[in-house]
Amino acid sequence: MIALLRRDIKLAIRAGGGFGLGLAFFLILVVLVPFGVGPNSDILARIAPGILWVGALLSCLLSLDRIFQLDYEDGTLDLLATAPLPLEAAASLKALSHWLTTGLPLTVAAPFLGVLLSMPSEATLWLVISLALGTPALSMLGTFGAALTVGLKRGGLLVSLLVLPLYMPTLIFGAEAVRRGAEGLPTSSALLFLAAITAGCTALLPFASAAALRMNLR
Amino acid sequence: MSLWEYANPTRFMQTSGKVLPVVSVLSLACLLIGLVWGFFFTPDDYRQGSTVKIIYLHVPSALMAINAWLMMLVTSLIWLVRRHHVSALAAKAAAPIGITMTLIALITGAIWGQPMWGTYWAWDPRLTSFLILFLFYLGYMALWAAIENPDTAADLTSVLCLVGSVFALLSRYAVNFWNQGLHQGASLSLDKEENVADVFYLPLLVCIAGFVLLFVALVLLRTSTEIRSRRTNALISRERLS
Amino acid sequence: MKFGVENLSCRRGDVTVLTGVSFDVAAGEALILRAPNGAGKTTLLRCLAGLTPPVSGRVKFSTDDVAYAAHADGLKSQLSVEENLQFWADIFGTRDIMPAVVAFELADLLTRRAQDLSAGQKRRLSLSRLMLTGRMIWALDEPTVSLDAENVARFSAAVIGHLAQGGSAIMATHIDLGLPSARTLDISPFRAILQDTPSDDPFLDEALQ
Repeated sequence: MIALLRRDIKLAIRAGGGFGLGLAFFLILVVLVPFGVGPNSDILARIAPGILWVGALLSCLLSLDRIFQLDYEDGTLDLLATAPLPLEAAASLKALSHWLTTGLPLTVAAPFLGVLLSMPSEATLWLVISLALGTPALSMLGTFGAALTVGLKRGGLLVSLLVLPLYMPTLIFGAEAVRRGAEGLPTSSALLFLAAITAGCTALLPFASAAALRMNLR
Repeated sequence: MSLWEYANPTRFMQTSGKVLPVVSVLSLACLLIGLVWGFFFTPDDYRQGSTVKIIYLHVPSALMAINAWLMMLVTSLIWLVRRHHVSALAAKAAAPIGITMTLIALITGAIWGQPMWGTYWAWDPRLTSFLILFLFYLGYMALWAAIENPDTAADLTSVLCLVGSVFALLSRYAVNFWNQGLHQGASLSLDKEENVADVFYLPLLVCIAGFVLLFVALVLLRTSTEIRSRRTNALISRERLS
Repeated sequence: MKFGVENLSCRRGDVTVLTGVSFDVAAGEALILRAPNGAGKTTLLRCLAGLTPPVSGRVKFSTDDVAYAAHADGLKSQLSVEENLQFWADIFGTRDIMPAVVAFELADLLTRRAQDLSAGQKRRLSLSRLMLTGRMIWALDEPTVSLDAENVARFSAAVIGHLAQGGSAIMATHIDLGLPSARTLDISPFRAILQDTPSDDPFLDEALQ
C-alpha cells in the first residue's frame, strides 16, 4: 500500500508531474486580487480569509484530472483493478497523495500569502488550522470527481462543474472559521463542522470513488 | 400485480400512454383554476399589496424544485439496487424539469424581492441554497450529457446523485450557519399554527396540485421519449455490429 | 492451475459480444484464442480478469488467481525500469524482482527511464511484470506485439517455465509460440450477433418486436 503512495508522490514531484503548479497558481491568484480590488489594506484584510480559501480550493481543482486520468490512459488502472489491493484502498491512497502534494503545501504557504493581503496576525493561526482540517476533504471529494470522469476525453472541465458544488460546505465552514478568528469570536463550532466533513469524507467517499472507478472500467 | 412491473419499458410505455393525457388535462385545469382564482379573485395583502400573488408561482415551483431532486434520489437508488432501466431514465428525465423549477423559483423570488426587500438578490440562506441546488442540477445534467454509454451514465449519475444529496443537505445547514436571512419562514407547513391566510391558502393548494401534476406529466413524457431514443440507439448499434 | 468457464456471456459497453463460451484448461496447459479482429478476444480476457462482470454463465476459478496483461503496457514513463518493477512487486507482495529481470534480460536497462525505452523493450518490461504477480493463471492480450523473434523466444521460454510450475495461460495471439502444450480455441462461433439468442438489452428486444 505504501508503494502506491510512494509512487504517486514520486510521479508528482518528477519532471512533468505538475507538483508546484497548484502552488504557483495560488500565488498568482493572491497577487491578482489587490490589482482587482485596489491596494487599500483595510479592504484586503477583510477579504483575505475568503480569498485564501477560494484560492486554495481552485488550486486543488487544478490537479484533479491527473489523479486517475494518466493511470487510465496508460493501462495502469486496469492492472491496479486486478491487483490484490482493493480499489477502495487505491482511491484513499490517491486522495492522500493528492493532499500531500497539493493540500499540505497550500496550507504551509497560506500564512505567507496572508501577509501579502495584510491579513491580521490573529487570523493566521486559524487559517492554518482550518486549511489543515479542510483540505483533506477537498482531496477526497476531488478524487471522487476524478473517478466519475476518468473515462472521458475532456474530463477536466466537467470535474470542476461536479466538484465545486460539493466543495461549498467545506469552503463556508473554513472561511467562516478564519473570519471569526480574525474578529476574536469563538471558532470551535466552524472548525468542528470542518473536521466532521473531513472525517465523513475520508470514511465514506473511497467507497463511492471505487464504485465509480469500477463502473468506468467496465 | 406489483409496482415493479412498471419497470418494464413496454409496460411503462403502455401505461404512461394512457395516463399522460389524463394527467396533462388535470394539470392544465388545476393551473388555470388556481392561477385565475389566485390572481383575480383574492384580495391584496395589507402590507405586500398585489405582489403577494406571485406566491402562486413561487411556492409551487420551489416545492417541485426540491421534490424533483428527491425523486431523482429515489429513482437513482432503485437503479443502483434493482437495475430497472425505466428508473434511471426517469431520473434523467426529471433533472431538466427540476432545474427549470429551480430557475422559476429564483426568478419569481427576485421579481418579488425588488419591491419588497429593495433588491433582486440577497445572500439569504434560502436563496443561496436554491442557487446551490441549481449548481447541483447543472453538474448532474452535465455528467449525463458527457458519458456515451447509457448504462454507465446511469450508474455514475446515480452515484453522483447520492453523494450530491448529502452535500446539498450539508450546504443547506452550512448556509444557515453562514448568514441569517431575510426570507420569511415556510409558507406552508403541517405542524405550524399560523400559515398564510385562508384566502390565499386554497388557491395556493390548487396551484401546487397543478404543479405536481404538471411535473408528473412532464416526467412521463420525457421518460417515454428517453425510452424511444434508447430503442433507436439499440437498433443503430446493432446495425453497426452486424 | 486448472480453470475454465461454462456458458459464459460477456459484454463490451452495453453490447453483449460473446455468449455460450465454455472451455476448460488443465494445469500446465495454454489456450490460444483465435478469431478475427473485433470478435471479442479482449472482451473475453477482460471478463476473465474480473474487470467486466460476466452477463451470465459460470466462472470456475477466482479472479484473484488471474494475472492480466493488456494491450497497453501500463508503465510510468518518468520512472526507471527498476522502479516500475519494484512498484508492482510491492503491490503484489513479491520480494525479489530478479527472476523477472533475468527472464526478460532487463538487467542492462534497470536504471533507464521507461520513456527512453523502445517499444519492444517496453513490451518486455510489461510482460516481465507477470512473473512478479505470483498468480497461476496468465490472461494475455496480444503479448508479442512489437517483440522481435529473439524476444518472442524469450517470452515463450517464460510461458513454458510458468506452465512447468503448474501454471496455466490463456492468450490472444496470431503467431505460433511453439508451446508444447497449447490448444487453440476459435471463439468466432460464440459471437452473440451470429446467434439467435435474446440479447440482454430490454430496449433492443422491444424495438425488434
